[in-house]
Amino acid sequence: MSEPWEEEGPGEVKKFMYVNRKAPYGTIYALESLEVVLIAAAFEQDVSLAFVDDGVYQIKKGQDTQGIGMKNFSPTYRALEGYDVEKLYVEAESLAERGLTEDDLLVPVEVKSREEMARLMDEQDVILSF
Amino acid sequence: MPLEVNGKTYETDEEGYLANLNDWNEDLAKAMAEADGTTLDENHWEVINFLREYYEEYQIAPAVRVLTKAIGKKLGPDKGNSKYLYELFPYGPAKQACKYAGLPKPTGCV
Amino acid sequence: MLHTVNKSPFERNTLTACLGHALPESAVLLIEDGVYAAMNGTAFEKDVRKAMEDRTLYVLGPDLLARGLTADQVIDGIQVVDYEGFVELTEKHDKVQAWL
Repeated sequence: MSEPWEEEGPGEVKKFMYVNRKAPYGTIYALESLEVVLIAAAFEQDVSLAFVDDGVYQIKKGQDTQGIGMKNFSPTYRALEGYDVEKLYVEAESLAERGLTEDDLLVPVEVKSREEMARLMDEQDVILSF
Repeated sequence: MPLEVNGKTYETDEEGYLANLNDWNEDLAKAMAEADGTTLDENHWEVINFLREYYEEYQIAPAVRVLTKAIGKKLGPDKGNSKYLYELFPYGPAKQACKYAGLPKPTGCV
Repeated sequence: MLHTVNKSPFERNTLTACLGHALPESAVLLIEDGVYAAMNGTAFEKDVRKAMEDRTLYVLGPDLLARGLTADQVIDGIQVVDYEGFVELTEKHDKVQAWL
């Protein structure tokens, strides 16, 4: 009989990558992905997030959704560290195509080339696309 | 089911979580706690206020594990452990404390 | 790794994103609206042929037929598979990345 505060071990740790390729408010993908990441963080796997193509817009600084009546969920990306989700990869080409740099992003990230990103994807056990 | 406090009516969801975060006030928290048979003391308030600040910053209610760790960082290891938090909030710190803090149910909390 | 693409290349950049990240030796399976990319004579034929130099391309037959397309309209070298073939591909590869 275990008490609720006694945590179980993580078992076999797998590498999970969430690949985000959609801008935040036009479709539900970005928010869904973030929610899945937060829920799945409880399973203590080796989790990383990749921001590719329009996905980089998810972590653009200065989002203010008051005028469109939707919740601004961008501050939640800063909570990921507290959930032990610390590997955030952003594709350099995707940033450059959109005229963005690392300074435009609201969380610390590792910028990777498309080539490096492809290899990171290849290293995973599971890839979840959004 | 709506909640009535000091002659005002507040909307809640079917599990009793406040529908609108901005409706929250301390009397409302006290009334929710009393309905569960709990009288809020300063230790409860410390956690409730912490949760409100956390939500303000990150726009989510933290998972228990994350809350525990964050409390430990801010208030020390005596309080940053599950045992302490479950003693304060026997129905679960996420479920009970978040509710009193006027937050939505934590994401992923079953 | 097996990649799947389920959007028309004319509507979304899904195919382009996939081909930009699919390493040599990997497999790409076109399904649903992704099958339009398998046709001869489209603006994407060049990209697809280039990808086929070091990657293997497949297209899901039932999705072709549903859209009024036939196997003889498919770019030479793309292998047409049925649902059973789809399942075999997922079993053969260590993981699947479903590009959306």
